[in-house]
Amino acid sequence: MIEIKDLNKKFGKTEVLKNISLTIESGKVTAIVGPNGSGKTTLIKSVLGLVKQTAGEILVDGESTNGNFNYRNKIGYMPQTAKYPDNLTANELLSLVKDLRANDDIHSKKIIEPLNIKGELEKPFKNLSGGTKQKVSVLISFAFNPQIYFLDEPTAGLDPISSSYFKDLVAIEKENKKTIVLTSHIMGEIQELADEIVFLLEGEIKFKGTINSLLDHKKETKLERAIAELMSGEKL
Amino acid sequence: MSLMMKVLRYEIHNTIRSKWVILYTFFFFLLGYTLFSLSGDVDKAYISLMNIVLIVIPLVSSIFGAIYLYSSREFIEMMLSQPIDRKSLFAGIYFGTSIPLAAGYLIGIITPFLIFGKVKEQTEGLIFLVLIGIALTFVFTAISFLITVLQDDKAKGLGLIILIWLVFSVIYDGIVLFIVYYFEEYPLENIMIALSIINPIDLGRILFLIKFNISALMGYTGAVFQKFFGSYLGVLISAACIFFWIIIPLFFSTKIFQKKDF
Repeated sequence: MIEIKDLNKKFGKTEVLKNISLTIESGKVTAIVGPNGSGKTTLIKSVLGLVKQTAGEILVDGESTNGNFNYRNKIGYMPQTAKYPDNLTANELLSLVKDLRANDDIHSKKIIEPLNIKGELEKPFKNLSGGTKQKVSVLISFAFNPQIYFLDEPTAGLDPISSSYFKDLVAIEKENKKTIVLTSHIMGEIQELADEIVFLLEGEIKFKGTINSLLDHKKETKLERAIAELMSGEKL
Repeated sequence: MSLMMKVLRYEIHNTIRSKWVILYTFFFFLLGYTLFSLSGDVDKAYISLMNIVLIVIPLVSSIFGAIYLYSSREFIEMMLSQPIDRKSLFAGIYFGTSIPLAAGYLIGIITPFLIFGKVKEQTEGLIFLVLIGIALTFVFTAISFLITVLQDDKAKGLGLIILIWLVFSVIYDGIVLFIVYYFEEYPLENIMIALSIINPIDLGRILFLIKFNISALMGYTGAVFQKFFGSYLGVLISAACIFFWIIIPLFFSTKIFQKKDF
């Protein structure tokens, strides 16, 4: 479980996150949606400790993230763009991450086959395509059986086969009572995967609830339309 | 094994395979080889080698360091999402960049000495050349890391680094000359020593000059230099100065890195 209390982040004078309080429960897929620049990635990066908060507190399973790094043993993160050292191979990177993490790599063998990257693992990253790097990113974030997932636009760049396999993985991990947070601009994907929606606009949470409650409230059947209405700034 | 050592191991793997490091090694090899082939006089070849080393190492170390750190940004993001503290990660990247560069230089510079069998003739000189080259590698990688964490804009950062290199290797000497000329009527020996110690490239150059007893050419100042740098205290102060040039930029860049948003 992740608890965010009065989180505030400023980049210079720009306030990117404005007093965000949010609880993300385990066993659910929570989608963070919002227009570009609304603070989705900054919110995720704050929990990961990549972005240092200006004020507020973040607790991961009751443990404060501030000045702590061991809690990241529990987290699997897929960044928006995957870029790795040119001359290392995926296998080397995987063993580097394994060296750093407390938990063992128990999933990678199962994931490599369906992602169709077996032949790519010994090649240096500079010879891999963007999509393949994204698949390696899937591999690294899922391999160590984390309790919490942060998936930042995970399917952008994946081919349809890998993308649908990826969604299966997310569904399995949800069954396993993991905490899953994802961002995406593909509403169909969110409707398919997510239970909860957190809608961010200009650094503030404008809506939090289940997909159905949002659809009911907006009297829409399509999530895309409901979200579009939220984006146009209408008050709930 | 500490977290830093874990990162370092992989960083070294990555850097050592870079074609630039291989090219850099080959450059020093070719340079030494050509100089020894063209000139039968070891001392002459050695001095030419020294002059080039003093220019090339600071330039390449700082530019390579900066480009490497700038292009590691996404990798740093990925690594910071793993259970590792920022200090260990940063130290791992720093040593993972500077050690392969220093090793490349070492191999490139020693091989021609071995091929031409000049090691015995120039043992002490070779040790000087190697130590000063390696020290400058660490100094200028540290400076470039400091600039890189301070300046997110790659073009500005690289511009600044080239400017710093230019100041240390050319402009600084101009300023020193100006001071000497302008205050020629005053006793400047101690100030000259202080000024030369402050600039790591100058410090390297003077240590070479003292070693070759060419300091006599510098007249009275040379004699003072010889006396200072020839003494234990002088050597100690010079070594401490080089050491500070590594520690201080590294200390501040680590501090900034720890607070940085990615």
